[in-house]
Amino acid sequence: MWPLIKLLPEKTNFKYVAVAPFLCVISLLACLASIYLTVVPFTPPCGGLNCGVDFKGGSMIEISTAPQSVDQNALRSLNDIGLGEVQVQGFTDPTAAMVKYETPENMSSDEAQAIMRAAITERLGEGVHFGRADVVGAKVSGELFLLGAAALGAGITLMLLYIWFRFGFTFGAAAVTALAHDVILTFGLFAVFQMEFTLVAVGSILTIIGYSINDKIVVLDRVRENLRKYKRMPMKELIDLSVNETLSRTIITGVTGLMALGVMAYYGGEALFAFAVSMFFGIVVGTYSSIYIAAPMLTVLGVGRRDNFQTSEDKKKNKPKGDEVYSHP
Amino acid sequence: MLQVARWRVILVLVVTLLGIVFATPNLLPESTRNQLPSFLQKTINLGLDLRGGSQLLLEVDVATLRRSQVENIQDQLIRALREAEPTIRTARASLEGDVARVRLVNVADIARARPIMREVGRTQTTAGGDVLEFTEAADGLVEARMTEAHLRELSRQAAQQSIEVIRRRIDPDGTAEVSISRQGDDRIAVQAPGVSDPEQLRSRIGQTAVMTFHMVREVSPEDQAAGRIPAGAMVVQPYPGIGDSPDVVARRPEFTGERLTSASPSTDQNGAFVLAFRLDGEGSSLFCRITQRYTGQRFAILLDNQVLTAPTINEPICGGSGQISGNFTAESANELAVMLRAGALPAPLTVIEQRSVTAELGQAAIDAGTKSTFIAFGLVLLFMVLAYGLLFGGISVVALVVNGILIMAIMTITGAALTLPGVAGLILTLAVALDANVLIYERMREEARAGRQPALAIEAGFNRAMLTIFDANITHLGAAFIMLNLAPPGPVKGFAWTLLIGVFTSVFTAVLITQVLVAWWYRTFRPKKLPIS
Repeated sequence: MWPLIKLLPEKTNFKYVAVAPFLCVISLLACLASIYLTVVPFTPPCGGLNCGVDFKGGSMIEISTAPQSVDQNALRSLNDIGLGEVQVQGFTDPTAAMVKYETPENMSSDEAQAIMRAAITERLGEGVHFGRADVVGAKVSGELFLLGAAALGAGITLMLLYIWFRFGFTFGAAAVTALAHDVILTFGLFAVFQMEFTLVAVGSILTIIGYSINDKIVVLDRVRENLRKYKRMPMKELIDLSVNETLSRTIITGVTGLMALGVMAYYGGEALFAFAVSMFFGIVVGTYSSIYIAAPMLTVLGVGRRDNFQTSEDKKKNKPKGDEVYSHP
Repeated sequence: MLQVARWRVILVLVVTLLGIVFATPNLLPESTRNQLPSFLQKTINLGLDLRGGSQLLLEVDVATLRRSQVENIQDQLIRALREAEPTIRTARASLEGDVARVRLVNVADIARARPIMREVGRTQTTAGGDVLEFTEAADGLVEARMTEAHLRELSRQAAQQSIEVIRRRIDPDGTAEVSISRQGDDRIAVQAPGVSDPEQLRSRIGQTAVMTFHMVREVSPEDQAAGRIPAGAMVVQPYPGIGDSPDVVARRPEFTGERLTSASPSTDQNGAFVLAFRLDGEGSSLFCRITQRYTGQRFAILLDNQVLTAPTINEPICGGSGQISGNFTAESANELAVMLRAGALPAPLTVIEQRSVTAELGQAAIDAGTKSTFIAFGLVLLFMVLAYGLLFGGISVVALVVNGILIMAIMTITGAALTLPGVAGLILTLAVALDANVLIYERMREEARAGRQPALAIEAGFNRAMLTIFDANITHLGAAFIMLNLAPPGPVKGFAWTLLIGVFTSVFTAVLITQVLVAWWYRTFRPKKLPIS
C-alpha cells in the first residue's frame, strides 16, 4: 500500500492520438471564443477583460476617522457597490486611509464619488471626514504594458528557438502552438468570468507559461528518446507509448500542484484567489495540451526521423532495434 | 554516479549552511536581529504591495511651466514673423501671466502679421482646437493667450514625462517595483517599498540635472558687477568645483538636455577628464545649426543653472556628439554623467505631501496569503512522503526545504524586492523543482522495472532525467534573462528575477542534493531493491 506510488498501474495503454483530432477541434473553437471575448469590445488597453485600477486608472479619496482608527474590515464590502474592486490602503497613522476605486464609464467622476462617500459614511458612521479626492492614472501606462508584452513575446520566441535547436523545428512549433493555446484559454477564463485583471493576473499568466513549457518539454523529450529507441514504430503508437510512459510523473506532479493551489484558493483570501484559480486552470490546460495537442501535432507536422534522430553515432554502431538501444549522455 | 565526488558533498554542505545563515535573520524577531553582526541584519526586501513603504505626492510647478511656455511662444511668434515677412518690425513686450505679448512697431502691419501668428498657434501640440487666443490692441500690441485646455494638457504631459524620469532616478534597475502614478492633472504619487524614510526618497528624486545650452552675452566685468545686464539675460554662477567664473547668458536656452542620448566620463588628448555626450537626431541638427550661426561666439553649458563651462565655438559641430571640459575629476565626471543620463524633468516638481504607507493589500490579506502558502507547502511535503515513502519522499522534502531556504537567502543578499508577481515566480520554481524530483524517481522506477539492479537503476534514473531537467531549466533561464533585460520596471521584471534565482536553486537542490543523499543511502545500506519500485 505504501508508498502510494505503487497504487499507480505500472503500465498503461491509453490511446491518446486517436481522440486528439476531435479534442483539437474543441480546443480551436475554445481558443477562437477566448480571443473574441478577450478583445471585443475593441477598447484598448483592456478589451473584454475586466481591468482594474492597475491598468485603467480610477479615482481615490482620503478618509479620516480621527480620533478612532479606520475600521478596514468594515470597508471590505465596498466591492459590492459597483465601483469595481475597491482598494483600501492605510497609512502609518491608523486614523487615516486611502480608498481607490474605478469610475464606471456611464458615470461621471462626481457621481461615482458621491456614491463612494455615501457608502463609506454608511459603513463608518457620521464621524468620517473626507480629505483629498483625485483621479489616479494607471499604474501600468500603456507604454509599459506594451513593453512588458514585448519582453514576454521575446521570452517565448527564445523558448521556441531553444526547443528548435535541441529538438528540431517540428517539436518547437508543436510546443509553442500548445503554449499559445494555454495562454489564450487563460485569457478566456479571465474574460468569461470577468475576473479582475490585475498585475497579479499578469504574474499568474507568466507562471502558467513557465509550468506549461516545462510539461511540454518532459513529454516531448520522451517522444524524442523513443524515436531513437524504436526506429520503426509508427508515429501514433510511439506518441501513445511516450505519453503512457510519462503518465505517472504527469499525475504526481499535476496532483501536487493542483493540491497546493486548491489550498491557496480556499484559505488564501481574496488576494490569492484569482491567482490560485487561474493557476489551477493553467495546470489542467497545460497538462491537457501537452498530451492532446503538442504530442499529436508531431504526427501532423511530420518528424523527419531519419535526419533528426539518427545521430552519426547511431549510424556507426548500427545497433539492432530494441529496448537496449539508448545512449547515455 | 554513486561515487559522489567529495567536492560535491562539500559544496552541498557549504551552500546549504550559508543559505541557512543568511535566511535565518528573516525568521528572527527584530530585537534579536539587531544584536547580530551587521552583514546578517539584512532581511528580504518585501515589495510595496506586501509591506508598504514611503509615499510622496509631487506637483508639477505649473507656474514655471507656464512661464517657460509663454517665453517659448513669444520667441516663436517673433521668429515666424521675421522669417516670413522680414519687413515687419517687432519688439518684445514684457510678459504678463499666461500671455505672450509682441508689439508691432508699425500698427499697419497687423493685417499681414495676423495669418502668420495664427499659424504659430496651430503648430502647438494639442489635439484639436486653437490653443492660442489672440487679442489686438490699437497701438499694435498683440497678445496671445494660451487656452485653459491647452495649459491643462501641458501640465498633464509634463506629469507623464516626469513619471518616466522619476522612475529612472529612484529605480534604475527596475527590480524594486516602485509604484508611480499620475493623480489628477499635474500631480504624481510615488510609492517606494523598503524606504522607511520619505525624506530619502525625496532627496533622490530631487537630484535634478537639467543641462541647458545658452549663448553668452558678453558683458564687461564692471557692468556685470554693477548689475547692468542686457534684457533677456541673466547672471549665472559657476558650478561648484567645476566651473570657472560667473557669466552673463541669455535667459532662454538654445536647447536642453532632453536631446541627450548618452553621457559618459572620458578623457581628452591631454589626459584630462571630460564629459562626453551624444545627441539624438533632432538634437544634433539643432546643435549643428546653432554652432553654424554662432561660430566665433561663446556659449555656456549650464547644469541646474550653474555654468559648467563656456567655450568658444570654433567650428560648426554637426556629428551629434561632443565633449565638455571643465575641472573634472574622475568621480565628478562620472557623477555628472549619471545625473545627466537620468534625464531632466520637464518642469520643476514640488513635494506637497510625504508620508509612510502600509501595504496595499492590507494586513489581513497578507496573513491569509502567508498562512495558505505554508499549509500548501506542508501538504505538498506530506504528499511526497506518502507517494514515495519515508526515504525517497523524505529526500525530496529535504531538497524542497533547502530550495526554499536558498531562495530566501539569495533574495536577502541581493535585496531585490519580493512582490506578488515575484511570489508567483517562486511558486513556479518550486513546482518545477518538485517536478525534477518526480522525474528522477519515476525514471528510477522505470529502470528498476526493466530489470536493472538498484545501483544501475539509480544511475540511469539520474542520467536520463538530467537531460529533461536541463532542457526545462535552460528554457526558463533564457526566458527569465530576456524578460529581465527587455521588460520595463514592473510585474514582469519582478517575476523574471525570482524565476532566475529559482532556476539555479532548483537545479542545485533537486539534482545535487538528491544525488548526494541517495548515493549516501545506497552506499550505507546496499539495498537489494529500491523502495519505490
